[in-house]
Amino acid sequence: MAIYGITRRSPLGIALAAGGGTLALLGARRKPSENNTATTSLLINTTPQEAYRFWRDFQNLPRFMNRLQNVTVLDNRRSRWTAAGPGGKPVTWEAEITEERENEMIAWRSLPGSDIEVDGRVEFQQAPAGRGTLIKVRLQFAPPFGTSGTIAKFLNKGASFVLRQDMRRLEALMEAGEIPTTAGQPHGRRDLVTGLMRAADPTRPLPRGTNLTDALAAGRRSA
Amino acid sequence: MKAVCYMGVHKMKVETVPDPTILNPRDAIVKITSTCICGSDLHLYNGLIPTMEQGDIMGHEFMGEVVEVGAGIKSDKLKVGDRVVVPFTIACGNCFFCKRQLWACCNNSNPNYWIAEQMMGYSPSGLFGYTHMLGGYAGGQAQYARVPFADVGPIKVPEGIPDEKLVFLSDIYPTGYFGAVNADIEPGDTVAVWGCGPVAQFAIRSAFMLGAERVIAIDRFDYRLRMAEAGGAETINYEEVDDVVQTLKEMTGNIGPDRCIDAVGMEAHDHGVMYMIDKAKQMARLETDRPIALRQAIQACRKGGTVSVPGVYAGFDDKIPMGAFMNKGLTMKTGQTPMMRYMKPLLEKVESGEFDPSFVMSHRVPIYQAPQMYKTFCDKQDNCTKVVMDPWADGAMAA
Repeated sequence: MAIYGITRRSPLGIALAAGGGTLALLGARRKPSENNTATTSLLINTTPQEAYRFWRDFQNLPRFMNRLQNVTVLDNRRSRWTAAGPGGKPVTWEAEITEERENEMIAWRSLPGSDIEVDGRVEFQQAPAGRGTLIKVRLQFAPPFGTSGTIAKFLNKGASFVLRQDMRRLEALMEAGEIPTTAGQPHGRRDLVTGLMRAADPTRPLPRGTNLTDALAAGRRSA
Repeated sequence: MKAVCYMGVHKMKVETVPDPTILNPRDAIVKITSTCICGSDLHLYNGLIPTMEQGDIMGHEFMGEVVEVGAGIKSDKLKVGDRVVVPFTIACGNCFFCKRQLWACCNNSNPNYWIAEQMMGYSPSGLFGYTHMLGGYAGGQAQYARVPFADVGPIKVPEGIPDEKLVFLSDIYPTGYFGAVNADIEPGDTVAVWGCGPVAQFAIRSAFMLGAERVIAIDRFDYRLRMAEAGGAETINYEEVDDVVQTLKEMTGNIGPDRCIDAVGMEAHDHGVMYMIDKAKQMARLETDRPIALRQAIQACRKGGTVSVPGVYAGFDDKIPMGAFMNKGLTMKTGQTPMMRYMKPLLEKVESGEFDPSFVMSHRVPIYQAPQMYKTFCDKQDNCTKVVMDPWADGAMAA
């Protein structure tokens, strides 16, 4: 039963994962802190130069960061980011680069007065023996609703999960040139439970303004 | 189009579903001319591998004609009109694992990798029609299939060779061969093969190709044992002996088989108490697999020998004799088959007439018979070894 359980998309897990990602974007007016950090690292079969160039053009980020809708580059250091917030409402903030070394690292932070506060840092390291590039990312964000302790840890786990998924999409994009998907493929009749599970899949965030009925229908329609 | 859909345990249904479309630049759409039921599909049919969902399209052994390619496919790789066999594993061709020819371990082809990671630590490649944990891709027991990364997997095959000589290149023929390769066979070796299903039949013949002196095949169905004998194997019907390990010991002058191949996997049968315990635990989901063949293979293998496992295991297995494995200094090799390593050389054997894989086929039927063929194959009725289905045959539209 346990084996079966962990391999199903657990509703609790989904709620936490989806909630963590979304709530992180709510952003209470508090400083990003060490306690609210999502980190991950990933080995990608590419050069540090290519990876740096891809990332440094922030307009590329929404291609693999699912919750980002749009990034507009304002000038060499500043950019405007738009993400899907709670209830599908777009959340917008401006960010500036605080430090960068070509082909090695980029750090940025949201500008004071933004709706949301996120500090980010990405490093690109050449891996040994032609193994590609090790990319390390760290995002720090303000705890939503001023929560802390246990709840923050749960949310933080959600944020790390979301970040890791984003990074795996980056890997696919850089190595395979596309992100694997089954969305839109045919299937036979689904039952209600399957439809619900699919609608709640955290790997496939719902489009803006989707209500539960639509989500269910979508879950049953597309694979 | 018509497609065989999983509707629940022991419930397969041919449904009318939308035709597949190109979803990614490196996709192709294949119009399927032949598609098979694999022994591993029976694990899904029996509901033993988690993350199948009602409505999933089955099937991972198919071939056909390319009818559409995505914008990212170069015409020297694949074009409309090409006749292709599609491997059951999906591989991107450019990740850490693909670059090392570990095609079945591709890092980029499973969109649901994170489910597999919870169970296995890391995710293998995506597969066609084989659970959401392994990608959730619609399978090939249908009239059309969408093939991702179509410039890496599908192998072009010439006109003029009938489907039944080619379609097994999609899985079981390379998988049987890989099972024998993994056994590290040296000239003079005795190889014991658990199971006499289609993969085992190919493993038996591949073992001889790779230099085995003797092959001993173990099963309980006479018709399958006879097919193994036709391939040159000696046979043991395990229902007629007290102890398979002891029998192998006697047959090999107390040395034991040098190489043991478990071509059975997670739904092994046996007589005796252990079997009943495994069966009960599996039904109660306390154990995903019944690793009886694997236990026997480890026990029977000669000291310093190799155990190769082409049989499918899903999860967690009880009472694997690790003490025997360690103290006898055994080596174990396994894995889903890195298809692109073997499809080409094995196709050449078919083209040259050196080897004809079609001997395993026992049934060739229209696709609308799929639900009953799953039962026939699962229950080993009608001397069933391999079912090949034609998605377009007369009567297919009547379903």
